[in-house]
Amino acid sequence: MTQTDFYTILPLTVLAVWACLLLLADLFIPKDRKGITAFLSALGLAVTLGLTITQVGRENLGFNNMVVVDGFSTFINIILLASSLFGVALAYGYIKRMGLERGEYYTLMLFSVTGMMLMAQAADLIIVFLALELLSIPLYVLAAFARPNLQSEEAGVKYFLLGAFSTGFVVYGTALIYGATGTTSLGGIFFAASNGTPGLLLTIGAALLLVGFGFKVAAVPFHMWTPDVYQGSPTAVTAFMSSGAKIAGFAALLRVFASAFPSISVDITAVIWVLAALTMIVGNITAISQTNIKRMLAYSSIAHAGYILMAFVPYGNKEVMPVSVAAGLFYLVSYAVTNFGAWAVVISLEKAEGKGLEISDFAGLAKKYPALAIAMTVFMLSFIGFPPTLGLVGKFYLFRAVIAGGYTGLALIGVVTSLVSAYYYLRVVINMYMREGDPTIEREQWLDFTTVTTAVATVALSFVPQWLFFMASTAALRLF
Amino acid sequence: MVPVDYYIILSAVLFTIGALGVLIRRNPLIIFMSIELMLNAANLAFVAFSRMYDSFNGQIFVFFVIAVAAAEVAVGLALIVEIFKTKKNINIDEMNSLKG
Repeated sequence: MTQTDFYTILPLTVLAVWACLLLLADLFIPKDRKGITAFLSALGLAVTLGLTITQVGRENLGFNNMVVVDGFSTFINIILLASSLFGVALAYGYIKRMGLERGEYYTLMLFSVTGMMLMAQAADLIIVFLALELLSIPLYVLAAFARPNLQSEEAGVKYFLLGAFSTGFVVYGTALIYGATGTTSLGGIFFAASNGTPGLLLTIGAALLLVGFGFKVAAVPFHMWTPDVYQGSPTAVTAFMSSGAKIAGFAALLRVFASAFPSISVDITAVIWVLAALTMIVGNITAISQTNIKRMLAYSSIAHAGYILMAFVPYGNKEVMPVSVAAGLFYLVSYAVTNFGAWAVVISLEKAEGKGLEISDFAGLAKKYPALAIAMTVFMLSFIGFPPTLGLVGKFYLFRAVIAGGYTGLALIGVVTSLVSAYYYLRVVINMYMREGDPTIEREQWLDFTTVTTAVATVALSFVPQWLFFMASTAALRLF
Repeated sequence: MVPVDYYIILSAVLFTIGALGVLIRRNPLIIFMSIELMLNAANLAFVAFSRMYDSFNGQIFVFFVIAVAAAEVAVGLALIVEIFKTKKNINIDEMNSLKG
């Protein structure tokens, strides 16, 4: 291991070691003071974030082309670490209140984040597989963290079974790709696939990988687990996994397809087109009939996966691809910020034993807690893509990129489904402002902090989107 | 020597049996066994291709798959035992407390 190798994975090594030490340190922290564990895990994430920021502008491969650090991975890692800091902030009060306060919560989160970061840095399918498992296995446990609550256990089992099923597809897909090209390194696959005719084996392998990752990012028709798992898991876990796992899944999908499979883009593009369209349509339409806010947000996260998938459709087109990937990355950021905010509001209203999670429980919120209602309105408008929010800018960039790629039909589906989505997002707003009710909320400093920060960011960043888009473009260019 | 094609066909058959098992069977333990079958089908393909290319990459991947599958078993069985303690039943069709 040379020094360069070491520096390539320095942030995630620090995080993994920190997680192991935290697991030990947690033993000596008394049961009623687990806030210390939360603080230490946040400190670890912050240190890692600092180290990741020092890697900005750095570009090199390490460990015999196994892992890579480049603009893309650094960008994704920064979003992931920032999201997980929000994840800790949300969990801090929530797990205490719900009587789940056990130190391993934070350790599992740190391990999962390590997997997500490794996913963004993977330059070989072996590492993609390893990272996928490292991010998923702690999430299975976290989903069932509220045991012996039946719903949480059920969520854990369902997530585990379908997650393991999707892993099977990833592994078999990798096996076929290896068979077609004789290598598992992304660069090697690209090289082997572009010299000589791409065989059927390679296409099937890539399609199986797409199925596996489709499960992870919850694309239709591989989305069945999402509503159940998101509803059953403790809400703080749902917030974390709906952002983190999605960002990591898309990062791997982008990297693998853009850097290894441009030669079979003709076949794959059609498949992704259908997946994106189905995901947007099914996600948005099914969300309409939901009465539980967690389930509604689950379907909304499926729908947003569809929007992000649109960024992949022109992936074989060398001219449009960088812009389109940048738009996808921008949308991921806007989704992550809005998503954490919305879940923070949900957590404020949630009571023990899953009470306070119906959309009708939001009735009267505006009269009693106007600030919280305004924040929730901002998040809902951002999900719809209404000005002045980050969601609008994200959708604008995305649709522009897709139209530039020549897929006007898909952009049209995106616009129409966004209009449909206004119906169920605005229902929450209408409940808050126009219905009578007497909601009670839990106030807790870190929860308020998350709500305020994300609400301000959602609005403020929409006025200066250029610099964020510029950074996303710089990150995207490094992929090719 | 047995041609590589035969191994690949066998692995494809095993993979299909595994995937069908996951979709058809109702007991999480059997579903889990079917998933293991899918992973082992991939392992077989890896080893066969590794032989064909005369390279070690595939065999190394197999070790990773085996190790990770073991970790997955540890977590998965724990989850199944946990839900059994609460419900006294692990039938997938009866895991229906979550719906919308």
